[in-house]
This record gives sequence, C-alpha cells and structure tokens, in this order.
Amino acid sequence: MNSIKPMGKPATTGNGEVIAFRDVYYRVENGSVASRELVSGAELTVRNGETLVLLGRSGSGKTTLLRLINGMLLPSSGAVEVEGRATKEWDLIRLRRGIGYVIQEGGLFPHFTVAENVGLVPTLENWDEARKTVRVEEVLHIVGLDPKEFGERKPRELSGGQRQRVGVARALAADPKILLMDEPFAALDPVTRAELQKEFRELARRLGKTIVFVTHDLREALFLATNIVLLAGGKVVASGAPENFLKIDHPEVRAFAESLVVSDADRVGESA
Amino acid sequence: MSYWRFFLEHRSEILGATLEHVELVLIAMGIAIVIGVPLGMAIVHRAALRNVALGLASIFQTIPSLALFGFLIPIPFIGGIGKRTAIVALTLYALLPILRNTYVGLTGIDATLLEAAEAMGMTRSQIMMRVRLPLALSVILAGVRTATVITIGVATIAAAIGAGGLGTFIFRGVALVSDSLLLAGAIPAALLAILADVLLGRLERRLKVV
Repeated sequence: MNSIKPMGKPATTGNGEVIAFRDVYYRVENGSVASRELVSGAELTVRNGETLVLLGRSGSGKTTLLRLINGMLLPSSGAVEVEGRATKEWDLIRLRRGIGYVIQEGGLFPHFTVAENVGLVPTLENWDEARKTVRVEEVLHIVGLDPKEFGERKPRELSGGQRQRVGVARALAADPKILLMDEPFAALDPVTRAELQKEFRELARRLGKTIVFVTHDLREALFLATNIVLLAGGKVVASGAPENFLKIDHPEVRAFAESLVVSDADRVGESA
Repeated sequence: MSYWRFFLEHRSEILGATLEHVELVLIAMGIAIVIGVPLGMAIVHRAALRNVALGLASIFQTIPSLALFGFLIPIPFIGGIGKRTAIVALTLYALLPILRNTYVGLTGIDATLLEAAEAMGMTRSQIMMRVRLPLALSVILAGVRTATVITIGVATIAAAIGAGGLGTFIFRGVALVSDSLLLAGAIPAALLAILADVLLGRLERRLKVV
C-alpha cells in the first residue's frame, strides 16, 4: 500500500485498520560493527475500537513496538501505518497530538497542577480557555475524579491510583482516536490495580477508542484485550482473542499460562 | 573598642565601598546570567558547542584571580585599569558555575517526563521552556548562588587593579599594617557573602519542585 496521502483529515482505511505494521524491523546500531535487532519482521493490524494487548517478558520488544506507533522511533525497514499513512510521512508533532499516551506512574509533570497536566495538549493546540476548562472537567469526571477537589492539586498530593487516573484523563483530553498505554497499572497495589482495570475496560468499551496496551501480566491481558499479541525476542510469536489465547500451542504461551498457575499457588501459600 | 570607633568614624566611606562592591558583583552576575543560562540551554542538544563552552569556562575558573586580572589589563577595549576590567574578570569567574548548573539541571530531568512530553507532541523548544527550564530552576539558582559567593570574594581582589570596593580597605590595611582598616573591608565582605548565600539558598528551596 502506498502510504502518501494528502494532508488534512486522515481516515481509517476501508477495512477499519487504524494501525498496521508491515514487515517492520527496528535495529539499534552499536557503533559501526554490531547492531541489535529489537523488532524483527512485525506484521500486525489494529482495527477501529479494538484493544490490542502487547504481551511479553521484559526486553521482548513490546515498548519498542508501542514507540514505533507514535513515531518516537521510526522503523529501520518496513512501515508502520497510522490511519493509512506511514509514520515516516507524518508530521510527527501532529501525529503525536492525535494519539493519547499513558505511561507507568502517569508521567505527570510535577510543576503543573492536575488541571494543567490534563489540559496540556489542548493548551499546545491553542484551545480557548473556556473550551479547555470545560473539557478538563469533563475528562476528570470520566476517570472518576471531582475537578473541584482535584483540579488545583499538584501530582505529589495524589495517591498512585489517582495519579494514574489523571494520566488517563490527560491522554483523553484532546479526544484522540488512539490510546497507547505502556504498563500503566504496573506500579499500583493489587487492589487499586484491579479497580482501575475494571473501570478502564468499561471506559474503553464506552468510548470506542482504538487502544494498544503493553503489559507483562497475562491476567491483565486476558481481562482487557479484544486481541492479544505475544512477543518474544522482538518477534510476534502468537496472537489471538483472549478466549482462545491459552489454547494456542506455543512454548511461550505455555510459559505465560504456567506463570498464572504459579502465582495462584503462591497466593494459596500466602493465605495459609 | 578602637575597631568600633574606626567603623563609626568611617561609616560613610565603608558604606560607599560596600555599595561599590555590591555594584561590581551585581553587574558581573547580571552579565554572567544573561550569557550563562541561554548558553546552558543551547548546549543541551549540541555536543560540540557543549565541549567548547564548558571547557573554556573551566579554564577561566582555573586561572588564579590576580593572574586573570593581569591577563586582561593589556587587552584593548575590555582591559585597562579600573572597573571595566574587573567586571569582565568577575563575569568570567561566575560563568562556569552558572553554565554548568544550567546544563546539569536541564539534562537531569526524569527521563519518563521527557518521554511523556515528547509523546504528547511537544516540540523541542516547548519541552525546553515548559518542562526542562521550570524543573531545572532550583539547580540553576544553586549555580547562581555559588557564583555570587565566589564573585563577592574575588571582587575584593579587584581593588588591586583600581576597581574600588571593599578590597580597597583590605589592601590599604595590609600596606599600613592596620587591623582596623583591614577589618573595615574584610567584615562587610564576609557579611555580604553570608547574606547572599542565605537569601539565595532560601529562594532556591522555594523554587524546588518535588
């Protein structure tokens, strides 16, 4: 597919593909001799409204894949297409402002208030104050925070779970079509994490965003995904809907499935 | 008690010299900040310029102060005997702590914040002005504080090249073997340095973002 499209409003391609990886390789050069391949021949597509979970161990390349979507990294070969246009053809600032991004611990700016953090992309986009204020209140409500109580607080005055909620609100502020989430709930305590996962699943279905979610937690993947892609050593080794995922006959799938059993056994051990 | 009498009798001259001293320091610090902070911002993304700028600033800092005054005197336009040469030398001295702290402060930002800023579609200059600079302020101010204390000290030596200030009393005191004269320069100079340190330290803590 030739990806050069006229500037202006990009649309999804006819078949509902919002993001597509076409034989993508990503290498980092270590001097002139060695180069390390972080992503090898990735082929995958994310359809409109889908929650794709990238699952894998540390160093499997999942965060690299995520960063290839918003042009924080550009492929060494192949193409990553967003809304039908290769990231290399996009004005990267425009591309990124149209994609919400949530990271671990929220990545909130400590010198901004909650409202300033949430309103950042609208500020960069020169929205007028009134429209921005309305939108900030709206998205804070969406993530379950009272704007009157939390709007003027600094991130350090929030709990971990509240910070993560603000992070999600910030990503939603400019109403992007796509959300990228890099282990957003990993640093939270188990109870808060479960709460946020539940709320987030609901939110994702309600808002109809196209979401790419990175995690190393199979449980989280099974709970949130409409489609799971398993990565190992920079390669896609398995993919499927959550209800079929555990039936896939692949050693890495089995390794992840066994981790579930082990962690259950641990929990039994703890409560005894 | 003779010190006291001397202080009281010469209070207007001591005050005049103190103001002259403060003036030297303020002008030199002003120029050093105006050069050092933007230069520190400019070298964040330019490795070649960074090496040259930090290297040169370290060299100036290494040259003994009296020797630096000596080097500057024969240079046309900026040299000669008097205030101008002293201000140039003091500026060169103040430059390194300000430049280095600006650079360290701007580059010491939590990487996840820079990643978030980039991912949200901030341009490089927006990241500089809205993220790096506000978060680096307290570190930059720490550099200004160090530079100010150094400059207040070095400015006493500027009297040797006719720049005036509190050093005038100290040099005269040494020449005439008069403790009163010596202390009339040394005590206000020490107090100035301590005062600047305390006040700027307070401001620095206030600007710190946690």
